[in-house]
Amino acid sequence: MATKEKEFIGAAEIKEEEIPVEEMFLNMGPSHPSMHGIVRIMVRITGERIVWSDVEIGYLHRGFEKSCENNSWNSAQIYTDRLNYVSPIINNVGYCMTVEKLMGIEVPERGEYVRTLVSEVSRIADHITALGAAAMEVGAFTAFLYAMKAREWLYDLIEAACGARITTNFARVGGLCADLPEGWIADCKTMMPQVEGVIVEMDKLLTRNRIFVDRMKGVGAVPPDKAVEFGFTGPLLRASGVPYDVRRAFPYSVYDRMEFTVPLGTNGDCFDRFLVRMEEMRQSVRIVYQCMEQLPEGPVNSDDKRAYRPAKSNVYGNIEGLMNQFKLVMHNHGINPPPGETYCSVEGGNGEVGFYIVSDGKDKPYKCRCRPPCLPLVQAIPYMLRDHFIADVVPVFGSLNMIGGELDR
Amino acid sequence: MEIPSYVNRLKEACGAAIEEVSTPLGDLVVLVKADQIVEALNWLKEDEEALFDHFMDLTAVDYIGREPRFEVVIHLVSIPKSQRIRIKVHLDEDDPVMPTITPVYPAANWFERECWDLYGVHFTGHPNLTRIMLYEGFKGHPLRKDYPIKKTQPLMELRKPEVRRSDEAFEPGKNPNNP
Repeated sequence: MATKEKEFIGAAEIKEEEIPVEEMFLNMGPSHPSMHGIVRIMVRITGERIVWSDVEIGYLHRGFEKSCENNSWNSAQIYTDRLNYVSPIINNVGYCMTVEKLMGIEVPERGEYVRTLVSEVSRIADHITALGAAAMEVGAFTAFLYAMKAREWLYDLIEAACGARITTNFARVGGLCADLPEGWIADCKTMMPQVEGVIVEMDKLLTRNRIFVDRMKGVGAVPPDKAVEFGFTGPLLRASGVPYDVRRAFPYSVYDRMEFTVPLGTNGDCFDRFLVRMEEMRQSVRIVYQCMEQLPEGPVNSDDKRAYRPAKSNVYGNIEGLMNQFKLVMHNHGINPPPGETYCSVEGGNGEVGFYIVSDGKDKPYKCRCRPPCLPLVQAIPYMLRDHFIADVVPVFGSLNMIGGELDR
Repeated sequence: MEIPSYVNRLKEACGAAIEEVSTPLGDLVVLVKADQIVEALNWLKEDEEALFDHFMDLTAVDYIGREPRFEVVIHLVSIPKSQRIRIKVHLDEDDPVMPTITPVYPAANWFERECWDLYGVHFTGHPNLTRIMLYEGFKGHPLRKDYPIKKTQPLMELRKPEVRRSDEAFEPGKNPNNP
């Protein structure tokens, strides 16, 4: 824009429209403290107002599908940990459910309960990380530290169950890698009230905090029809007021036996997304308690010999067990689902994580597609940032909870 | 799984566009001709019993050695009716082209870009069909089955820094604020 030549009249008397402004191009990212993972947001600004924006992704593309197609069915599962690395168990469960559907394997009841239980623990960890990080980026550092404290407790629980904090690889086709260790339920029972305490603390710190509300309220609002049009799922869709939750619409595992409410927002702005995530954590705690109460005794793994490895006593004790073990671990053998294709989805931290898997009857997946919930959310960033200020980029982006591993795969 | 009644009405409405209806493993799958995909999707979105308002996923599968080679797979969800459908389109090896579905489902924009990037399926009428996961200048489409997993790409020449400040006012010497 051309600058206006005019006489000096004193700073106090200049009105806003008379300040000479020039359009400026600004890069946020690829390496920026508030861009979790790596993503580049380009904005054109006049003064502080955004007039145009665009997003560039793909910095973390690792070839998830190509890797899966070149590994055996069990090896491909470890790549699913690296999709949403904040709640990896949910991805493991989604992948295993899809392969089980292809093979027609039923998981025993206890296995399904444990899957539901650890999925909900992961969901709390996912939401509490997202909220803590979003709060930190708008200046509330204390809330972030409180959230990280609770997340460590939840990761300790996950580590006790499967031996790893982040790359869990907990589920297996036909069940789980192991049953819950002794005393895990007691640990979880002592941990959950403490986690609830942290949720209350975050609630007190943030929900009525004047600075936080001013930064979040009315920012990045998406009306319900637009949210559906953009293909949103998960907390962002529900914050806009559309009641779609995979756990409720298409129940899997034992979610049809759980009592929980699906929280809905009204405005679809950043503050509603914060509130929806807060309420979902409380509902997840409810589900965790119900799972622990109803947890049945029995095996966690299917005894289907096509998928699950026999007990060590059988491997060392009799010839059938030994042969079965070798059939499953040897090169070019292993799991062989019959030719076919299917799609299964679970409710991940950010929305519907779907797996579309094609098998040609060989030892490797012919195709393993993950439907990323982040991609439609990031796609809508230019819409959410229209007519906003440069300072609103950070809360809008924080409220999406973009996970690079899932977005770029 | 029984085939829902709206599929029969879809067959009547779109006629020859619907090539095959099947229900493998309990999923409803409809094979549609490429040139009439937009009409079929529009019908599925508007019909009162179908109401597939929510776009879920778009991807392709490379069945190398088969004719037709490519299969574009679209997943839709109806939130009011709690139902799912899978739409398939077959595309030839020589000419993998289909019309874009962004007029019906704007959310498909980046999914189609990804499909073009990784499989080389061209969507006519797409607003911005450029590479999304890989960089401009990448040779080939890596998810095709004939792309070897260990293939390396040629090194790119060092590019000059992009010139952002193209406006005259930003050129040194001409800007009164920044001489």
